[in-house]
Amino acid sequence: MTSDRPLLLNNARLVDPASGREERGGVLVQDGVIKDVGSHVAVAADAEVVDCSGQVLAPGLIDMRAFIGEPGAAHRETLKSAGEAAAAGGVTTIVSMPDTNPVLDDPAIIDFVLRRARDNCIVNIRPAAALTKGLKGEEMAEIGLLREAGAVAFTDGARSVTNAQVMRRALTYARDFDALILHHVEDPDLVAQGVMNEGEFAARLGLPGIPREAETVMLERDMRLVRLTGGRYHAAMISCGDSAEIVSAAKARGLPVTCGVSINNLALNENDIGDYRTFLKLSPPLRHEDDRQAMIEALNDGTLDVIVSDHNPQDVETKRLPFAEAENGAVGLETLLSAALRLVHSGQVSLPRLLRALSTRPAEILGFPGGRLQRGAPADLIVFDPDAPYVLDKRQLKSLSKNTPFDEARLEGQVTITMVAGRIVFDRRNGSRDSNV
Amino acid sequence: MLAAPIRSAYSHRFKMNTPRSVFPHRHLLGIEGLSPLDIQALLDLADAQVEVSRQVEKKKSTLRGRTQINLFFEPSTRTQSSFEIAGKRLGADVMNMSVASSSVKKGETLIDTAATLNAMRPDLIIVRHHAAGAVHLLAQKVDCSVVNAGDGAHEHPTQALLDALTIRRNKGRIEGLTVAICGDILHSRVARSNMILLAAMGARVRLVAPSTLMPPGIERLGFETFTSMREGLKDADIVMMLRLQRERMNGSFVPSVKEYFRFYGLDQEKLSYAKPDALVMHPGPMNRGVEISSDVADGAQSLIREQVEMGVAVRMAVLEALASHLPNR
Repeated sequence: MTSDRPLLLNNARLVDPASGREERGGVLVQDGVIKDVGSHVAVAADAEVVDCSGQVLAPGLIDMRAFIGEPGAAHRETLKSAGEAAAAGGVTTIVSMPDTNPVLDDPAIIDFVLRRARDNCIVNIRPAAALTKGLKGEEMAEIGLLREAGAVAFTDGARSVTNAQVMRRALTYARDFDALILHHVEDPDLVAQGVMNEGEFAARLGLPGIPREAETVMLERDMRLVRLTGGRYHAAMISCGDSAEIVSAAKARGLPVTCGVSINNLALNENDIGDYRTFLKLSPPLRHEDDRQAMIEALNDGTLDVIVSDHNPQDVETKRLPFAEAENGAVGLETLLSAALRLVHSGQVSLPRLLRALSTRPAEILGFPGGRLQRGAPADLIVFDPDAPYVLDKRQLKSLSKNTPFDEARLEGQVTITMVAGRIVFDRRNGSRDSNV
Repeated sequence: MLAAPIRSAYSHRFKMNTPRSVFPHRHLLGIEGLSPLDIQALLDLADAQVEVSRQVEKKKSTLRGRTQINLFFEPSTRTQSSFEIAGKRLGADVMNMSVASSSVKKGETLIDTAATLNAMRPDLIIVRHHAAGAVHLLAQKVDCSVVNAGDGAHEHPTQALLDALTIRRNKGRIEGLTVAICGDILHSRVARSNMILLAAMGARVRLVAPSTLMPPGIERLGFETFTSMREGLKDADIVMMLRLQRERMNGSFVPSVKEYFRFYGLDQEKLSYAKPDALVMHPGPMNRGVEISSDVADGAQSLIREQVEMGVAVRMAVLEALASHLPNR
């Protein structure tokens, strides 16, 4: 077997969130994996060298929650466009949600997605399969066969499993296969007609509110079921301090529980909805500034494991509607890192801590080999300038849908190079920001 | 535990009449409560009955003049016919009472039914009921002997006895064997009776099932549990498969037939994890392609047909053993 020509990413500020180590040095890449890493890595005669002075080099981001329109809604997003958006944002692995048409509840459809992704998508696609057939919350899907087909986790995507008996059995059954369940924790009966955070601001806008209890009641129930069954459980996104307390207590008890937060709930609050901006209509909803601060605290104390983009492409006909009638969701793959770096720039979160939640922890929870700068790890890497300022122009987004909550926002931090399995899939240095190798 | 109280005058009489009874119980309500000696005595008796059934002349007169009622609240083909044949071979008058035509459908309570039947002075009542404990309740209300032919997910003692007889005749012993009971343990009275019997007779009992079909807490009763067929069947002498009810196949307890068969259905590959001379059993009726493949069910290692034959012999043995306690003997 012949080897590729080695590639050296040199003079970078290496940030390995897995070990917390930061140093100046390089990463030598060959045959899709990291051959060597550290300050000692020297220029080899035959290696192609990329100078990364002034840039951070870190493991590529692993986004545990993104909705992609393929199959079934390719006008909103395809595996190809999602891959390009991800690469531009520094996301090297996407865990795709099963809310497609048809639903990813059949091993043959998982196989289809994996093949389509292999041929069309420049980043890694790791599909999460449906937890229940048709996402109906009634009968569990073929967890064993789906896992064999390549599903990395099981979830009803944007839906909660309201029937506790179904959830109990699914957790029990999944445990036999060491399968991870991702759950959207939002009790639809408590959400009812609600469209934004319940409270003063909703009262002023005249919009029906969603209480925090829609989340905490479901989450608390799930903690009891995890305790009963021992199944591995990940709360997809929490949004308030009470939820963080619940997860923290469960972890202290030793339950196999982890949780995530949407970048939107870390970077924005309900006031950003302003004048009924439907691109900020989300599930879970943007909450009060106190909740946002609680999320940052939970990120720092380790209660929050993961930050996700919750990338959810919606088009004009689902978003250009009165606020209450618009669909939930915002695109996020391309802005995930920039928006998250706001927390670093505000001095609230350290860069390694942030990258840990964006890369190392997702890899650990899902059992992926990446998420670390380590010899032998897959060469899924990003090089970025954490301080590069820009104003987001949604027309520049690679996503087929443009429903970003950060349109015209001032952001700092831009990806320069994204590498997947040793191959550069995005390179901003070659001219315009649209450049793509 | 045999819960049925025995009226003192009555028990006094049969003790006097049968001083050397091989089976010191008036009813057979479960395996629990039987001693290893009781079990052995029934198996020895059954061994002899096998020969009777293989003769041209299959009729004995042990139960001549006796009345046996088969009272089945749940549909059953093989157990009911097995009890019917057993009773008839012993010379009893056997009457089958099926639920469809009985007053149970008209709302009569179980206890009223028991009292009504009791007034007809039967000698033996064979009962199957969908509720665990129902046969015990009925046994308290009648004067004759009662045999449990399956109560809910509780016990099915004659099935466990016939399985034990089949094992003993093929392996020469029960003690020291490793028996893997696989499938829907949660809802299975067959599994429960077999677990108790096999453990009492010194076998090593393993339970193999997806966790959704395993009774929570069962490992605390001293049974080894496995969720993988590969591990559970390793070096097993006997692989005992259980029937999976159709209503439990489609997403409630297991996702689908396809997935269940893939991970828990006994095919040649999974059987190869067991000892090379391992034997396969199934209480029937089988779901081919669900819990067992046809080539295994019909293969050289299968004892499934023999189990049916042993069923008649064991039921004859049970009826005969109980008959020794009947009054006016």
